[in-house]
Amino acid sequence: MGPSLLTQVAAIAQRSVLRTARQPAVVVSALLFPMMFFSINAYGLDAAARIPGFPADTYMDFAFAFPLIQASLFGAITAGADLARDIESGFFDRLSLTPMRPVALLLGMLAGIVALGLLQGVVFLTVGVMMGVDVRSGLAGMVVIVVLMVLVALGFGGLGAILALRTGSVEAVESAFPLFFVAIFMSSINLPRDLIEADWFRFVATINPISYLVEGIRSLVITGWDAQALLLGFGCAAGIIVLALGGAAASLRTRVA
Amino acid sequence: MGGFFSVAAAVAWRQVYKYFTNPAFLAPAFFPIFFFIAFAGGLTRVGDVPGFDYAGGYIAFQYVWALLQAVSMGGAFTGFSIAGDFENGFARRLMVAASNRSGIILGYTIASLVRVTTTGALVTALAVLTGMPVRGGFNFFGLVGLAVLVNVAATLFGSGVAMLLRTQQAGPVIRTPIFLVLFLAPVFVPLDLLAGWIETIARLNPFTTILDAARGYLVGEPAHGLTAYAIGFALVLVFALWAILGLRSAERAG
Repeated sequence: MGPSLLTQVAAIAQRSVLRTARQPAVVVSALLFPMMFFSINAYGLDAAARIPGFPADTYMDFAFAFPLIQASLFGAITAGADLARDIESGFFDRLSLTPMRPVALLLGMLAGIVALGLLQGVVFLTVGVMMGVDVRSGLAGMVVIVVLMVLVALGFGGLGAILALRTGSVEAVESAFPLFFVAIFMSSINLPRDLIEADWFRFVATINPISYLVEGIRSLVITGWDAQALLLGFGCAAGIIVLALGGAAASLRTRVA
Repeated sequence: MGGFFSVAAAVAWRQVYKYFTNPAFLAPAFFPIFFFIAFAGGLTRVGDVPGFDYAGGYIAFQYVWALLQAVSMGGAFTGFSIAGDFENGFARRLMVAASNRSGIILGYTIASLVRVTTTGALVTALAVLTGMPVRGGFNFFGLVGLAVLVNVAATLFGSGVAMLLRTQQAGPVIRTPIFLVLFLAPVFVPLDLLAGWIETIARLNPFTTILDAARGYLVGEPAHGLTAYAIGFALVLVFALWAILGLRSAERAG
C-alpha cells in the first residue's frame, strides 16, 4: 500500500466518520438501542439464571455479548447504506473520474466502521460495568472484547458493502436488516447451546457462526480466559472478514468495470 | 351519517384490495413470527424456571405476545400506508372528495382489521403446528376480542401520527412507541419473575394487564379479563380522539 493510497483512505475515512458524527440520530441509535435491548433482556430474562446448569451468576453477565454484536450489525447497515447513498447520489461515479482509487472508498468506509465499533465497544463496556456486569477476564479481557467487537464490525461492514455495491440502493441495504437480525437471534445469544431444548434450534445455533462470535465475547465475561472459545470466536471473525472483504472487492471491481 | 359509512366502506375496500394484490401486506407478520420462532424455539427451558406457573407451557406463553405484536404492527403498518397516501397525493384528493372525512379513519381501521385477521391467523397456525395446546375452549374468543381492541387502538394511534406528520418519515414515530410498549411488558416470563426496573415499568404498563388476561383466556383461566377489556376500550377511545385530532390537522393543512 503506497502512501498515496493511505492518504486517500484517510480522507475517505475522515469523511465517513464526520458524516456519521454529523447525524446525531444515527450515533444515538447506534449507542442507545443496543443498550436498551440489553437492559430489557437482562432484567426480563433474569430468572433464566435459575435454570439448572446455567453458566453465569446473573443473566446480565451472560447477555452482555448481545449489545456488542447487535451494535456491529447496526454499524454495518449504517455504513452499507452510506455507501449505497454515495452510489445513488453519483458521488461514487464522480470519484471514479478523479485520481482517487475506488478501493480507497471501500477501505475508508471500513475505517469509519472500525472507528464507530471502537466507540461503541468502549461506551458499552463502561455502561455495562456501571450497570453491574462483572468481566471475569479483567481489564485485559475488556481490551480483547473491544478488539473482537471491532473485527466483527469489520466483517459485518464488509457484508454491508457487498450489498451496497451489488444493489446501489439504500432501500435494498436497509431491507437486509431483518436478515441480520434473524441471524443474531437464531444463535446462542439468549441461552447456551446445551440449554436449548428444541433440537432444530440447537442445530441452527450450532451451524450459525454468530454463535461462536457471541461465545467468544461471552467467555471473557463469564468464564475468564477460555482458549477454545476465543480461538473459535476469532477464527469465525477472521473467516467472515476474509469472505466479506473478498466479496466486497469483487463487487467493487464489477461496479467500476 | 350515510356519508360516514359510505366513505368508510370505500376507503376500506381500496385498502383491502391494495393489501391482497401485494404480498407485502404480510410484512407486519414478519417480526412477530420471527420473535415467536426465536423465543419459543430458543428459550423453551425458561419454562422450567421455578415460579414459572403458566399452564399452557412456554410456546403458548410466547404465542400470545407474538399475536398481540402482530396485531399491533398491523395497526402501525396501516399508519405507514396513510403516510404514504399523503406523500403520493391520494389522501389530499380523498379529503376533497369525501362527504364525511371521519369515515376515512373508520375505513382504514376496518382495512387494518381485515389485514390482521390474515396475519394473526398465520401466527396462530404456526403456533398450533409447533405444538401449542389450545385448552381454553370458548375463552379463546376472549383473547381474540382483546387482539381486536389492541389492533384498533394501534391503528388509531398510527393514523393520528400519520395524519399529523403526513410523511413517511413518521414511520419511527409510529413504530418505536408500539415496540416499547410491547417489550416493556412480561415478554419472557410472568410478571412475578421479572426483576429490576423492567418489573416496575411492566407493572405500570397497561399492556401488561391485556397480555396477562389474553394468556389467561388461552388456557381457560381468565384473570383480570374485565380490567383488560376496560383498558382496551379506554385506549381505543383515547386514540380515536387522537386520530380525529390528526384528521383535523390534515384538514387545516389543506
